[in-house]
Amino acid sequence: MEWKKIDQHLLSRRTLLAASGGLISGVILKTAANAMTVFSPTDPTKTIGRGSSAIGKRAPVEQLTRYVNRPTPSGESMCPIQDLVGIITPSDIHFERHHGGIPTIEPETYELLIHGMVERPMKFTLADLKRFPQRSRICFIECSGNGYSGYYKQGITEELSPQRLDGLLSTSEWTGMMLSTLFREVGVKPGAKWFLAEGSDAAVMTRSIPIEKAWDDAMIVFGQNGEAIRPEQGYPARLLLPGWEGNSQVKWIRRLELSDKPFMTREETSKYSDPLPDCTARLFSFVMDAKSIITFPSFPYVLPEKGWWEIQGFAWSGRGKIIRVEVSTDGGRNWYRAELQEPVLSKCQTRFRIPWNWNGRKSILMSRAIDETGYIQPSYAQLEKVRGKGTSYHFNHIRAWKVEQDGRVLLGLNEMA
Amino acid sequence: MMKGYQLLSISLVRKITITSATVIFLASCIEKDRKSVMGSLPDDSTYYQNPADSMVSFPKDWPESFGYGRTVLAEEISAWDIDVMPDGTGLPAGSGTVSEGSIIYKHKCTACHGVTGIEGPFDKLVGREPRNNFPFGKDYKYSSMRTIGNYWPYATTLFDYIRRAMPQNEPGSLTADEVYALSAYLLHLNEIVPSDAVMDLKTLPAIEMPARDRFVMDNRRGGREIR
Repeated sequence: MEWKKIDQHLLSRRTLLAASGGLISGVILKTAANAMTVFSPTDPTKTIGRGSSAIGKRAPVEQLTRYVNRPTPSGESMCPIQDLVGIITPSDIHFERHHGGIPTIEPETYELLIHGMVERPMKFTLADLKRFPQRSRICFIECSGNGYSGYYKQGITEELSPQRLDGLLSTSEWTGMMLSTLFREVGVKPGAKWFLAEGSDAAVMTRSIPIEKAWDDAMIVFGQNGEAIRPEQGYPARLLLPGWEGNSQVKWIRRLELSDKPFMTREETSKYSDPLPDCTARLFSFVMDAKSIITFPSFPYVLPEKGWWEIQGFAWSGRGKIIRVEVSTDGGRNWYRAELQEPVLSKCQTRFRIPWNWNGRKSILMSRAIDETGYIQPSYAQLEKVRGKGTSYHFNHIRAWKVEQDGRVLLGLNEMA
Repeated sequence: MMKGYQLLSISLVRKITITSATVIFLASCIEKDRKSVMGSLPDDSTYYQNPADSMVSFPKDWPESFGYGRTVLAEEISAWDIDVMPDGTGLPAGSGTVSEGSIIYKHKCTACHGVTGIEGPFDKLVGREPRNNFPFGKDYKYSSMRTIGNYWPYATTLFDYIRRAMPQNEPGSLTADEVYALSAYLLHLNEIVPSDAVMDLKTLPAIEMPARDRFVMDNRRGGREIR
């Protein structure tokens, strides 16, 4: 077989697949305790199988669950990103972050009000919304507080999975209509620069959004991964602002008010603002900068032996496409270009992969993402220098994993420097 | 059993045959039709032409208005339009005093925010230390001190938020007078207004909050610089 040697540790993907029998080999590992337990001794060709059914189920050993960090109405649950394949997050494990619980909204009585600096203040039913020309796009949503525990390195141990570190991240195919279509229908008055997005949850969540986002790529969506949007994600409709912090993409959207000024709501001033070391605080920091995380190998996986393993992970940027991901196996001294797995979409989780011949010694794995603006995911030190030690959001510094000699993989808390 | 399987497979074969025959027939019809309209076509590889290519693209064909959705009455807007802007736009009639606010606070707010507004368990509301700098970006130990007095840039945000979302066990239940009174009381606890202050649609937006000038717009733009 023809293959290209990158260095003594890293080989082409094709060679790795031949050597390890495919990427699935990693999936059966899980932890040392329950490793290698998935094979059934029975021969499925000798028993008639079960018949068809109305609703499918996951294979019994392939259960996926969110980690419920706080089960309260203002709590959150985190997506098991280390267990996913491909780029789509199954809807039932999409991360959650709520501010007033999940409301129950009847689709028959749902209406969206658009008013303020418009020619024709109007209300649209769900049926009205669905009659407009529809669009779908696949993009990520990430809570801007994602990665908080890794930045402050407090209250956590090195036994922390990608889910617990960065699980406030999910990607779906969203379906609805462009917000610009609705704004065109109501007629935006000259001078309108912002719009207030308001939800119909108990927090009556509100954020002010610059109107440029509406003319760019904002959507009102009612579909998620081929079906109606889930209640946890805003049923029957939510605002979608591709690439922007999750909080601004108001769920259960009920009202849009156009204005010449921002509204300065509690969520965009006392929360979701970024105090900086120069004694100011940054307002309206919507865009999620480029970020990546290795999801395999990571805690709680255990590598049972040295040899060929495929390092895999996610990279994403709120400013467009990921153009390159680099991986280091020696704590950032040497970097190698990973392969980006198609499809590589703008403002979307993108998979990267690179084969690695583990020599059985302690290794520090890192990844860094580069997006189409030329932004390079910063080191912890680079980010801390500009953001300081008091910030609460936008923790996109480089993540590190330690592979120990016994094959255990731990979060590199001290290695993130 | 065997018979059943055989029958099934025979009927399947039939179906497939019929289906492919239909497809071939339809395809030949389409081809004939296109030829008759478009004249002779070049080689097979360029034979299929998307009908849309020869038409005006869809968005250009959009009507002035799609015509669905309904115009709303002013009452329908005012029923939902509860936001308040920094200049006071959206503030309702009514008023409230510090002392009225202290009574409402005692009954409806202490369970979550503590007797004096600092005990929690939820957000600490009261605090004016440290007064003369804004150290919140320097150390996370100051995060619990992002109080109304230390960190909130606009007094109107108080009214907006209390009215829409508080108290958590009965959100949206307070009257305009009650919200004015609570705003007055919390501003007083934060040493921003005196104990005889009255809040209404004129006085509330006139308050200049201590953190007002600390807030700057996001200056991140992508590219090589980390900000």
